[in-house]
Amino acid sequence: MRAETDRSWYRRGLRDGIPIALGYLAVSFTLGIAAGNQHIAALPAALMSATNLTSAGEFAALGLIAAGAAYGEMAGTQLIINLRYFLMSCALSQRLSPRMPFFHRLLIAYGITDEIFGISVGAGAGGYLNPYYAYGAITVAAPAWTLGTWLGAVSGNVLPGRILSALNVALYGMFIAVIVPPARKEKVLAGLIAASMTASLLTTYLPVVSRISSGMRIILLTVLIAGAGAMLFPIQEDQESQGPQGDAQAEGTLKEVRDER
Amino acid sequence: MKDNIYLYILVMAGVTYLIRVLPLTLIRRPIKSRFFRSFLYYVPYVTLSVMTFPAILTATSSVWSGAAGLAVALVLAFCGASLFKVAVGACGVVFLLELFL
Repeated sequence: MRAETDRSWYRRGLRDGIPIALGYLAVSFTLGIAAGNQHIAALPAALMSATNLTSAGEFAALGLIAAGAAYGEMAGTQLIINLRYFLMSCALSQRLSPRMPFFHRLLIAYGITDEIFGISVGAGAGGYLNPYYAYGAITVAAPAWTLGTWLGAVSGNVLPGRILSALNVALYGMFIAVIVPPARKEKVLAGLIAASMTASLLTTYLPVVSRISSGMRIILLTVLIAGAGAMLFPIQEDQESQGPQGDAQAEGTLKEVRDER
Repeated sequence: MKDNIYLYILVMAGVTYLIRVLPLTLIRRPIKSRFFRSFLYYVPYVTLSVMTFPAILTATSSVWSGAAGLAVALVLAFCGASLFKVAVGACGVVFLLELFL
């Protein structure tokens, strides 16, 4: 019974990981091209992608490596750019069963990217997240990220720009698919999403604040807006466990969680 | 420089993994504080919103195709389409539009 559930969650993760993998191929392909431009060979570029699994951090690293930056500077830059994963990891910690074996946490952590985090939150919304869902997504997404980097580094511009351009929106499309359905049922979430997008637009283009790096902007806005939301609209006791996820899917999830217990 | 690129990668990977693994391994029980639970409940929605907009408008080769991709994704997601369908729908409309733009 338990194994059956794990397997079906793994398959679901695989399925939801496919659009992530496609988006990753496009983005990591451009990352590989950028690495080639900085005279970084395909093998280390691919290794960097396989071990880091993060776009903004790796793009920043290319410049630092080319400039021969100090290791401390590299560490500091990665810390700031990737700090949003810290918040995501905190949020995800509340969606994992306290009874889940510890090693799962070590493995899930590797795959906390914007996208895998996004779909994991969506999938875990009806109860606890099954780690095999994340593994399924990682299984397709991480190799795609690595392969794309390698291909970009060895081949340069072979994919037409039009296809890359279209694939670029896949990742954003998934973010929207995660945040919109629960916002239909919870007005507070809809309001927070609208406020977040507006604040993000303003801070991207207004003078002075637009000088804040994008990683920092994401962290500051998240802390401020989610903090304000928590203060003004604290969640009900049962809100998390009932979950905002839609209908049949949520029921299925709850049932699986119950089965697990 | 060539020979220490692997050291750079090691430093990057180490820092990034620590950022990801520390909260997940240190926070192993439900947080009691209602404020923090609410905060963490809202975090994903705020973060993903901030990352999506306005970045999606500049992700493609034209603002208009990006905007169309956003609109299609919003409508599909609102109608309850799956992750895959929303992503493919957004990509498809961008691809089609850019044939004409």
